[in-house]
Amino acid sequence: MNHKGKETFPREVFSRPRSLIDVRSHYCPGCHHGIAHRILAETIDRFDVREKTVGVAPVGCAVLMYDYIDVDFTEAPHGRAPAVATGVKRAHPDRFVFTYQGDGDLAAIGTSEIIHAANRGENITVLFINNTTYGMTGGQMAPTTMLGQKTATSPYGREFRNDGYPIKVAELLATIEGTAYSARVATSTPAQIRKAKEAVRKAFDMQIREVGFSLVEFLSTCPTNWGMKPLDAQKRVLGEISGYFPLGVYKERKQADFV
Amino acid sequence: MTLAASGIRRELMKGNEAICVGAIAAGCRFYYGYPITPQNDIPEYMAAHLPPIGGMFLQAESEVATINFLLGTSAAGKRVMTSSSGPGISLMQEGLSYMAGMELPAVIVNISRSGPGLGGIAPSQGDYFQAVKGGGHGGYRMPVLAPHSVQEMYSLTMRAFDLSDKYRNPAMILGDAVIGQMKEPFVPTPYLPAVSAEKPWALTGCAGRERRIVKSLYLKDDEIEVHNWKLHRKYAAMQEEEVLYESYCMDGARVVIVAFGTAARVSKTAIQVARREGIPVGMLRPVTLFPFPSREVNEAAGAADAILVIEMNTGQMLEDVRMSTRHHDRIRFLGKPCAIPAPEEILQEIRRLAGEIGARPVRVR
Repeated sequence: MNHKGKETFPREVFSRPRSLIDVRSHYCPGCHHGIAHRILAETIDRFDVREKTVGVAPVGCAVLMYDYIDVDFTEAPHGRAPAVATGVKRAHPDRFVFTYQGDGDLAAIGTSEIIHAANRGENITVLFINNTTYGMTGGQMAPTTMLGQKTATSPYGREFRNDGYPIKVAELLATIEGTAYSARVATSTPAQIRKAKEAVRKAFDMQIREVGFSLVEFLSTCPTNWGMKPLDAQKRVLGEISGYFPLGVYKERKQADFV
Repeated sequence: MTLAASGIRRELMKGNEAICVGAIAAGCRFYYGYPITPQNDIPEYMAAHLPPIGGMFLQAESEVATINFLLGTSAAGKRVMTSSSGPGISLMQEGLSYMAGMELPAVIVNISRSGPGLGGIAPSQGDYFQAVKGGGHGGYRMPVLAPHSVQEMYSLTMRAFDLSDKYRNPAMILGDAVIGQMKEPFVPTPYLPAVSAEKPWALTGCAGRERRIVKSLYLKDDEIEVHNWKLHRKYAAMQEEEVLYESYCMDGARVVIVAFGTAARVSKTAIQVARREGIPVGMLRPVTLFPFPSREVNEAAGAADAILVIEMNTGQMLEDVRMSTRHHDRIRFLGKPCAIPAPEEILQEIRRLAGEIGARPVRVR
């Protein structure tokens, strides 16, 4: 069955998405990249755009995501994925173009590129993984690191007078005129995962209907660098982190009315 | 066939505009850029002329974004160009390194100005090292073409697109404010593609084929070493096949000037006067700065009594000239970091050198 086809019986109710490659990933136990990857792959399949998609991989833990998602892919320099995606989309406006970026990539080194891509109403989709730390490089302080959070480069805890505050990307980008869709989701419970899928579906829909720039921020975990067991990491997202980074839809345009 | 019979009209344009005409003739329909003096004629021309022919002009928020727009459009299989000047070209070095590693073609124009830092907008050749030695990280090269006339701004831009596609590597036009801003007639000869337009690596969505990945990250085993040797072989092939230079008044020359771009242009004037005085002086003008005409420089140095390197910097190409030959005792240098050398200054140096080597003019005043 597909989303528009007729139902037949017996029917398969669960399988690996076509766009998700059947290999073991390099992600740590308890990390939510796997969940976000699966949601991405399911949504690619749902819209049947696998053969017209170009993905832009970030620098960070997801740098190897082209090993897992079965579409055309390019790398981007650290933080530059929205600019690279702009170049791809301008060359092929009829292709589906997405970036997948972590908090260091998108909210620190790539702040300029994400804001201006959103402001141009660039018709791309961004999956933003916020796990409050630099995972790949070994758990340094990120722009989204919580106040008081100890990391490899904030060993005494993040202190606002020295390091500023954790940056709220979904809210920030919602203030930008060119943004069509901006939402924050989490993937720590089955109910949250269902809502995350819905948000990604809407983000894809915005691009396909040419409404403009769409972003879904995922509150993710990093048990390895947080020094936590996976279940404790889930609890941290459900409590402390989603307390500061509220889940929800911050912007949703009905159509491209910013003419 | 004469020019009149061919129907091609001569054009009177600025060098910067001739670059745009050459790029469009070569099929470039994507231009991205960010304002900086002295190259603003290029984005302004492209903003006016690309959209009407179905092309894309986009002004970026920075040169960092610009080069990554190029990266994306190049990965998508399209010919794409940007232009900037020193400070902006510096911001593009990260992207250029990635593009060299990812083997992505594009044309980057540097209408250079004086540096370092914000420097000034006077013409300079201070970006030679950055252009020819791989300005970004990791060790890479790109073809660097140095026009010395508006005609060459046009024709070398077309060649830069072919070279970048042939080698799947960025290519650079290194000009300066003089060549960029001066107007002179040029002949817009038709573009004859020297490479196939096929790009069997381009990202277009994987319909009907295996999916493709464009990347520069190689973590497994000795992949990155293998990749580096592959890139090195491309640079070696450029050195073998792509050297361009001009021999000017080299018949019997005992003093040989080596200069490029504006410095070479001015040198021609001085050489003409010196030749009228009977001084046997000529010029070997590198048109490709990478690959550098090392063999030709060595031959000239072997045959001449003196090599006069003239640059609008304090001696950068000078190092490549020294590396090209063992005749170091014959090499002299005349440099002006932030100004154009006057023909009189060059002439004076030619006369002095002619005296030094005993090649005194046949007729002296």
